Amino acid sequence: MKEHPAHDPSTIYWPGRLSALLPLLLFIGAAFQVPEIQKNGALAMAFDWVPSLNVRFDVVLDGLSLLFVLIITGIGFLVTIYADAYLAGHRQINRFFVYLQSFLLSMVGLVLSNNLILLFVFWELTTLFSFLLIGFQNESATARDSARQALLVTGGGGLLLLVGILLIGDVTGTYAISELQGHTERLHRDARYLPILICLLAGAFTKSAQFPFHFWLPNAMAAPTPVSAFLHSATMVKAGIYLLARLHPIMGGTTAWMTTLVVVGAVTALWGAVVAMAKTDLKSVLAHTTIMALGIMTMFLGGRTTPALTAAITFLLVHALYKSSLFMVVGSIDHQTGTRELAEIGGIGRRMPFTAAAALMAALSMAGFPLFLGFIGKEIMYKGALTEDVFPGLATTAALLSNALMAAVAATVALRPFWGRETPKALTAREAPWAIWFGPLVVGAIGLGFGLIPDWVSRWLVEPAVRAFHATGEDITLKLFYGFNYPLLLSVITMTLGAVFYLARQWLRRTLVRFLTAVPMTMEKVYDGGVKATLAIAKWQTRRLQNGSLFQYLTVIIGTTVIGVGGALLHAGTIRVGWSGPPVPVWLGLLLVCMLVGIGIVVRTRSRLLAICGLGVIGTGMAVIFLTYGAPDVGLTQLLVETLTLIFAAIVLLRLPPIERHHRPGFSRMALSLLVAVGSGALVTGLMMAVQHTEVDRTITAFYEQASYLKAHGRNIVNVILVDFRSLDTLGEIIVVAASALSALALIRGKRSSS
Amino acid sequence: MTSVILKTATRLVGALVLVLSIYLLWRGHHAPGGGFIAALVAATGFALVVLAEGPGVVRRGLRIRPQYLIGAGLALSMGAGLVGMIRQQPFLTGVWWPSTSAVAGTPLFFDTGVFLVVLGAILTVLLALEES
Repeated sequence: MKEHPAHDPSTIYWPGRLSALLPLLLFIGAAFQVPEIQKNGALAMAFDWVPSLNVRFDVVLDGLSLLFVLIITGIGFLVTIYADAYLAGHRQINRFFVYLQSFLLSMVGLVLSNNLILLFVFWELTTLFSFLLIGFQNESATARDSARQALLVTGGGGLLLLVGILLIGDVTGTYAISELQGHTERLHRDARYLPILICLLAGAFTKSAQFPFHFWLPNAMAAPTPVSAFLHSATMVKAGIYLLARLHPIMGGTTAWMTTLVVVGAVTALWGAVVAMAKTDLKSVLAHTTIMALGIMTMFLGGRTTPALTAAITFLLVHALYKSSLFMVVGSIDHQTGTRELAEIGGIGRRMPFTAAAALMAALSMAGFPLFLGFIGKEIMYKGALTEDVFPGLATTAALLSNALMAAVAATVALRPFWGRETPKALTAREAPWAIWFGPLVVGAIGLGFGLIPDWVSRWLVEPAVRAFHATGEDITLKLFYGFNYPLLLSVITMTLGAVFYLARQWLRRTLVRFLTAVPMTMEKVYDGGVKATLAIAKWQTRRLQNGSLFQYLTVIIGTTVIGVGGALLHAGTIRVGWSGPPVPVWLGLLLVCMLVGIGIVVRTRSRLLAICGLGVIGTGMAVIFLTYGAPDVGLTQLLVETLTLIFAAIVLLRLPPIERHHRPGFSRMALSLLVAVGSGALVTGLMMAVQHTEVDRTITAFYEQASYLKAHGRNIVNVILVDFRSLDTLGEIIVVAASALSALALIRGKRSSS
Repeated sequence: MTSVILKTATRLVGALVLVLSIYLLWRGHHAPGGGFIAALVAATGFALVVLAEGPGVVRRGLRIRPQYLIGAGLALSMGAGLVGMIRQQPFLTGVWWPSTSAVAGTPLFFDTGVFLVVLGAILTVLLALEES
């Protein structure tokens, strides 16, 4: 699965490399705010954006946002360096960095927004850039399908989220997150609480790949590995977690909230961990462990005790560090050996020492070994699970089993490829360039370093983040060792179970694969069925409505107009047949007879040339009528349009074969045509007569007569209206003219090239 | 079509029609005419040439692709609208020089833009059809 199609020496590389400065500078800037946030809580900035809709560009940097910004920009910087080397030689590499950095900025905007509408805008932006990044290898059908799947699932959730946000605004009258905390009571008591909750959770669950919407995430691994490392482990999928944490003080604490989050989170965690055990593609294994991790975080955000929420935030940090590192490691294995299949890789540790070191550190943190941040995360997790309000048993069991499976997966991912006997593919492997092992090594080392100074991490990062959405007087400190208690006991059980799972992994995998293939109905199949059904309906209705028969189009369009407008006219009941204008002169009557003859010719002739001439007679007659009744501009235009229509018709029609006898329409078609034609004629006549008998408001006419020369310096009122008073309309019209001319050109050329 | 009479007549009439179209564009503000009508007249002139001499002659005579006329026209119309904005007035406000006697103004430029768009659109389709 090499991910570079063609090396193009003309590609310029420095823009991508240079773009690494953006996350780096943001990271440094955010890091300098850490003491300030720790002391004062939050920094805010705002200006009006769409004041009429109550939307402000309102950003707040508090502990939670800060933690996210540091993770996003820090990992973003390392991933940029990594991607620059990983994708070296890709001919669209600059486009990649535009997407990546745009995504990064959207993500930063998302976690800084203090206005729900603003948050939603950034939320959708992350979805869009995720779509572009998953589909980056756009020559591959799998990548395109996966990108579309991610877009439809997360985009659909996003729409529900918008509904939820609008409902919140409707109930409370504000979109500002900081103000909403004062409306918690009102929201909880409102009858719309449940619909709001469902909508918001739909948004968060689709984004964060919670069961049953989890299936898009493993498919999103069609993206280049740097994208998986950044979006689908550390950042974008955490947007849902961020939203849950942000909304926790506003929507959380109710039974509905706690039950849903704990149950969905636990199911997701277990499902992810179980499937991860069954997979053999390293990237797919990691994707499923990500689902498991997201489930764990959701489950703990369902609680309301300080240890539970601390566990969610700590694990968020732990996971972001080890998972991005492991993804980058898998990417470099893929890059250097050309495969990600577990069975094909073994013993490459000696040949790729730095990558191996990074993998080892990340995996130890993932498995929750003492001295690593993962260990502390696991301890606080058990402490949190035991204090859950609802289903503490379920939470503890889910956490225990997931962690044990996680330990086994960590051992599989980090030990098997690097140690043991060398496989054939490993013999040719060499250590990757420094840019590829640098990122994972740094992140892995941070996981170890943070594990050694847990009180520092909790004071500067975790505590401010938790306090940002959970007001409590309780002490929030992380320690390396809490003493001999239940969490430690559970940790020991986890390790033992993990070792057992690792040793029994072959048997476990076979059993799980058999179990998974036996599952009859998956959400992915539901999704596929939905897409197929939608396409089938679209095809069916296109066939019905746009079958290419001009006769049918015209019949439908004119028929609808006649029935709609005519019906309204009859309903109003103001038709008075009669003529109130000056008497019609005799020569005009003769002209009418001429036009009638023209109509007869058009309808009856079998020669196209004669038909065109007949049309010309009718059009010219119309122009003369306009001129007679004082509308020279309209008359002139009519005459000219008529002339040009004739020329166009001549060019097109004369190339067609002559009208033959068997091409003449049948009786029913003729009858229908007659009906439509007479109907539209009657409609226009009826309208004209209705207008004749209606009092016209003369003030507008009077205004134009007055203002035309005085204000617009023109005596031709029609033209002054067109180019001055209503020039915006005219501008719109000429844009339409331009667009239709270019479309016609494309149609004519397309026809030519296809024939 | 290879009629000598048509070709010879077109030389004269085609040129006259184009001059007439410019005149119609110019006088449109005070008398029947204006950008749209002028463009239609000019298009009939070009159509005459197309029928008599073939589309190649028109293409060579234009020197640029007719699509560019559309773009130029849109740019001119919008540019005429922006002039008012420089004076802190709404988009498309008419501006006249000199402001009292009103000899020339942005509406004329706007109308010229309309002329170019409509002419360009008709020629684009006409030439493409004739060549297809």
